Amino acid sequence: MAMSDTVLATNMKSKIRRRGATEDTRFARFVLISIAVSFLGLFLFAPLAVVFVEASGKGFYAFLDAFRDPDAQSAIRLTLLIAAISVPANLMFGLCAAWSIAKFSFPGKSLLITLIDLPFSVSPVVSGLVYVLVFGAQGVFGKFFSAHGIQIIFAVPGIVLATIFVTFPFVARELIPLMQEQGTVEEEAALTLGASGLTTFWTVTIPNIKWGLLYGVLLCNARAMGEFGAVSVVSGHIRGLTNTIPLQVEILYNEYNSVAAFAMAVLLASLALITLGLKTLLEWKYADALSGRARKH
Amino acid sequence: MSNLNVIERNAWRFRAPSVIPGFGITFGYTLFYLGLIVLFPLATLVFRSSELGFSGLYAVATEPRVAAALRTTFFISFAAALVDLVFGLIVAWVLTRYEFPGRRLFDAFVDLPFALPTAVAGISLAALYAPNGWFGAQLASFGIKVAFTRWGILVALIFIGLPFVVRTVQPIIAELEIELEEASATLGAWRVQTILFVLLPPLLPALLTGFALAFARAIGEYGSVIFIAGNIAYISEIAPLLIVVKLEQYDFAGATGIASIMLAISFIALLIINVVQAWSRKRFGHV
Repeated sequence: MAMSDTVLATNMKSKIRRRGATEDTRFARFVLISIAVSFLGLFLFAPLAVVFVEASGKGFYAFLDAFRDPDAQSAIRLTLLIAAISVPANLMFGLCAAWSIAKFSFPGKSLLITLIDLPFSVSPVVSGLVYVLVFGAQGVFGKFFSAHGIQIIFAVPGIVLATIFVTFPFVARELIPLMQEQGTVEEEAALTLGASGLTTFWTVTIPNIKWGLLYGVLLCNARAMGEFGAVSVVSGHIRGLTNTIPLQVEILYNEYNSVAAFAMAVLLASLALITLGLKTLLEWKYADALSGRARKH
Repeated sequence: MSNLNVIERNAWRFRAPSVIPGFGITFGYTLFYLGLIVLFPLATLVFRSSELGFSGLYAVATEPRVAAALRTTFFISFAAALVDLVFGLIVAWVLTRYEFPGRRLFDAFVDLPFALPTAVAGISLAALYAPNGWFGAQLASFGIKVAFTRWGILVALIFIGLPFVVRTVQPIIAELEIELEEASATLGAWRVQTILFVLLPPLLPALLTGFALAFARAIGEYGSVIFIAGNIAYISEIAPLLIVVKLEQYDFAGATGIASIMLAISFIALLIINVVQAWSRKRFGHV
């Protein structure tokens, strides 16, 4: 009796529950997917879409006119210059840091890695402020540099320094775990076979890390061109001289020149989209050639 | 060879011996560049705030406008990180566990707040939630005002923090062993029980880490907030903005004071993350 009861109950259950034991009900799936998609739509897609809509609000010619402004052109030139200096500087550093940390063993390594990541946990405004404290008129070196006629704060060098600071960890934090995973066996083989250090670096190490390197450079470049807070503190906002694209966006927006502000913003949003696209492509095609940490910022 | 070994064993070396060249120059350059760009400027900030002394820092922090800005920043950042925690978990779960059209596109777009410059996010959020914007107009008909209020700050900080939670939790969801769920179901647990008692506990450290990362980022966020906040002193003014205000007034002591308080908060968040991860490694064997 008891036996047949159990069998009956099991049979009934199996009729009611057709889904697998580790699957969620269709209803639960539908609700969760709807929540996630609406949340992403409201908070991510809408802000991105509005940039393009607002920029084209008064027609294509009004959009193009925004780039005829000499101040806008100088902002674009300055942004390119800043990225052209700060990205290679951090690339150089990233390679050196990754080489010394990943290929050798020495005490204090994790402390060094923590220190390299430090700029990510500092507010952009504070990153700008520290350079004002060092190089500003009241600063530690302010008097020295102004006596020699070199201006750093409220000039291009200050913007470069602040940008290097906020983009500091990007290349290094991508390369360090990647090169640690790869180990030293291939380099040791090349060296033992008589290759010089540099030959080994160019023909063994670089081909192994090229996608990770590109990944780091992409993210570094996007942030370098788009940085606002830190640059805003050190730039002084001198039109045509020390305004980068993000700062120009702010000025135009505050002057209620919405179309021009969003036109400049379109440049940065497109850069963001290209960066995301390439980044996703790298993650899909070369997942093995990127470090496991790559997707965490 | 054996002679060499004897020498190696006896002499203390900073680094383990290796045939790979270039340690001196790369390590030296790393320390030099790190010191020049990061450590020296940050040390200057710490030095300058130590000149203020404890009483000076206390005076800065308790100045009514600064205290209000610090409170606003702290509490709204906390609220935004909580919202990100809940929705980030749902987004991460859906993106990892379910198949639906456009999943990969949504997955790629989660990183948008990392890639989109903060000033652009700021003006587009302000345009969206302004009384004549897409969302602002809808909300205004219900009598809700988001742009130029504290709600605006919350919206911007939710935007900024979302990827931190999603990207921290996603890999852990992907690694969850299906066998555990099967065991739990076989032993008679309801699906809800399996989710609460089997799936959530191993996700907890990642959730906490994501929360702390989102919170730390929100504390320091500037660009995306100032356009939508309205920046009304005592109400919707954030601490980073107040640093800029103080700098414009040449109040370096005030700016330094606020900056060091913010730096302390973000280092405490960093410390909590490290403690959580150390605990997680011990308890679950992963970060």
